[in-house]
Amino acid sequence: MTEQPVNLIIAGVGGQGNVLASQIVAGAAVEEGFTVAVGETFGASQRGGSVMSHVRITRGKAIGPLIPRGKADLVVALEPMECLRVLRVFGNKQTRVIMNERPNYPLSVLQGEAAYPSPDNLRAEISRLATLLLSFPATEVASEAGNPVAANVVMTGALAGTGLLPIRVDSYRRTIAELFTGQARELNLRAFELGVEKVRGS
Amino acid sequence: MSIVSVKADLPGRVVLLTGNEAVARGALEAGLGFASSYPGSPTAEVLGVLGQLAREFNLYAEWSINEIVAMEGAAAASFAGLRSMVVMKPDGLNVALDFLTSLSLSGIKGGMVVVVGDDPHAHSSIKEEDSRYLAKVAHVPVFEPATVQEAKEMVKEAFALSETLRHPVIVRCVTRICHASGNVVLGELPFREKKPAIQKDERFIINPAGVSMTHRQQELKLRKMAEIAEAMPFNWYEGPADAEILLIGCGPGFMYAREAVDILGISDRIGLLKLGVTWPLPEKLVLNHLRHAKKVVFAEEIEPVLEESVTSLAARHWSELGTLSFYGKNSGHVAGPLGPGVGELNVDIMIGALASVLGLPARQPENPQEPEAQPTAGVPVIDRELAFCAGCPHRASFWAIRAALELDGRNGFVAGDIGCYTLGLGRTGYYLMRTVHCMGAGVGVASGLSKLARLGFARPVVALVGDSTFFHAAVPALIDARYNQAAFLCVVLDNGTTAMTGHQPHPGMRVNAMGEEAPAVAVEEIVAGLGIPYTIQDPYDIKTTTRVVFDLLQQKVLHVLILRRECALVAARKSKKPRVYVDPQRCIGDACGCKRFCSKVFSCPANIWDAAAGKARIDEAVCNGCGVCAANCPQQAIAVEGRE
Repeated sequence: MTEQPVNLIIAGVGGQGNVLASQIVAGAAVEEGFTVAVGETFGASQRGGSVMSHVRITRGKAIGPLIPRGKADLVVALEPMECLRVLRVFGNKQTRVIMNERPNYPLSVLQGEAAYPSPDNLRAEISRLATLLLSFPATEVASEAGNPVAANVVMTGALAGTGLLPIRVDSYRRTIAELFTGQARELNLRAFELGVEKVRGS
Repeated sequence: MSIVSVKADLPGRVVLLTGNEAVARGALEAGLGFASSYPGSPTAEVLGVLGQLAREFNLYAEWSINEIVAMEGAAAASFAGLRSMVVMKPDGLNVALDFLTSLSLSGIKGGMVVVVGDDPHAHSSIKEEDSRYLAKVAHVPVFEPATVQEAKEMVKEAFALSETLRHPVIVRCVTRICHASGNVVLGELPFREKKPAIQKDERFIINPAGVSMTHRQQELKLRKMAEIAEAMPFNWYEGPADAEILLIGCGPGFMYAREAVDILGISDRIGLLKLGVTWPLPEKLVLNHLRHAKKVVFAEEIEPVLEESVTSLAARHWSELGTLSFYGKNSGHVAGPLGPGVGELNVDIMIGALASVLGLPARQPENPQEPEAQPTAGVPVIDRELAFCAGCPHRASFWAIRAALELDGRNGFVAGDIGCYTLGLGRTGYYLMRTVHCMGAGVGVASGLSKLARLGFARPVVALVGDSTFFHAAVPALIDARYNQAAFLCVVLDNGTTAMTGHQPHPGMRVNAMGEEAPAVAVEEIVAGLGIPYTIQDPYDIKTTTRVVFDLLQQKVLHVLILRRECALVAARKSKKPRVYVDPQRCIGDACGCKRFCSKVFSCPANIWDAAAGKARIDEAVCNGCGVCAANCPQQAIAVEGRE
């Protein structure tokens, strides 16, 4: 048997910035000397489909980019229903979850053919399936940072702030600084710090 | 992860790269001189990166109008002695195949690598095509990386090999390479002289000494390639030297199998043979391991190409090999939920396959979270259909065309094409399209149908084609349509970019792959040149667009309608988005009788319903500020602030 990797899934809706969040986490992990494998679904990017990024971090040999069923240690969800979708397939009793509470409604819900579950029911179901659920309105926090679209980076900050991954907060900061320049760098660093504070304060 | 890492001159440094970035880096380490591509998933980002680095690395990069032109350009560079790379989707290889089958006869000079990105599960494609069959048709060797690091190394090696053999080489990546990320150890960025030159007596001709002679050359090159492949470091074996169970795999499929072996705890019972060159097969290496095997399992993505090569090899050697059993896609053992060869592999599929071959009990769920073991507790997980983005001009175009067809009342037939607007075949496009095939096909199909009018086909015919697809493949069908007197409405959904694959430039734009200013080719210039009448209209003005479409349908002639409006994502990036909001004083909710037009009928994802207030609302995190919903609202309850 080889050393088990730490498996993180970032779940969201196309357009929410899954890929950026996973690149920040993976970049920070490489900087810390880990072997990383990331699997993205970005064909649906920007087009309202369910998307997820598998981020696998290990000290062992190279691994494939897909996490087996039931093997996610951590789920960072940019949207509540996407959280549940991923948790049901990839979660286990020890899975920890960090979740943005802001719903994004599927087309069938907008058109009145399906009903989006109530926030309380969703939270209750997710809490039942996971060992830890940290949730907050990350989109609103991102608006505070200057742009609601930066909710993905707020959530990345929250992940960093929990210390659930063996990665120093500074490594995330350096990765963000490398990925962006100018105003975008400032916005994203601000969003990241608000995310860190959000979980450390709670 | 970023262009900074791709170009870093820091040999030995470990960086995070996507597979596409690793391919670009491998090419730079090989001294690339020329790169071309037409944007296609999952490989679209390779040329994007190379274009940005073109000046710095003294190379030429272009977004070509289609894959065959891209490949011809890359071949020309190779004839002149440069190392060249052409990048495409498998559908692109279909387009370029005619040239590739010729090129592998004429031979080349500078190393030439064809990067093809197959898409198991068709995450971002229209089909799950396995390009390796085409490689066989074209007599071109295939490398298959299993990790992002290997993608970089293989591209480098493929250049060297191509130059040695004077033959193009395919590097077949799959989505889980292209769109995966991983650690990559950077290599040297050597200085390589780039002086394109063709000697006076050099020529590159498909059959200079007769077809049979050049075909013979092809076969000799492939034999040579197979010999070289025997010793390549991309092939390796791990596990017991005399294992009776042998797994042969390639690409990410091999990585899943290896992890499955670890999870099942059977690494002392199974030998793992990983192949980096899958065509032509390194036969001696494979035979050496078949000799100790009784059962052979295959792990490869999409079709059983490797499986068929190995079983055919075994058949030729059956007298010395004895009885062998094969487990793969042909036997049905390596299969996803929809069957063998359908969808992509993963660790769970390989666990199931190996457990059944070894006669192990099916894996016990390690936790109650397995879907079958899990109660839903009354909280549904609703599927998300893909939809046009908030503010997408296509939504307005589809709405107007639908309205015009309804007004027309003759059951108009809509032929679709390939791009973002293909999503319009579903709910987001009001299910308008009746045919969708390959790039450019909609125009040809519409043209063909309209010619049936003389045999009594009475429905008006509309083709929908995007601007990038128009340049790629629609023009020949339009020439044919004019000459053969077809009568249909060809609607060009012109959003000014190649949106589906990430906004790459095309000939209609004023910029090229290297970021230089370029002379734009307007769609209407081409249409006018073909002598076909055209109209240009802004689809955001839905009322006028509906009328224009209706009027054109009545004319019963060949006409091109250009619905021109910039992609909402591009527009939103350029300037500060206008703020669109619902005035709660004016929105009267369900009392209006509009049936919640903005959210429920027009269905822009930014138009949501505030159930608590019983009124419409705009989701500011999603809205791109187009304001089309404001023009449609019967109560004029939606306001737009800050529009330029």
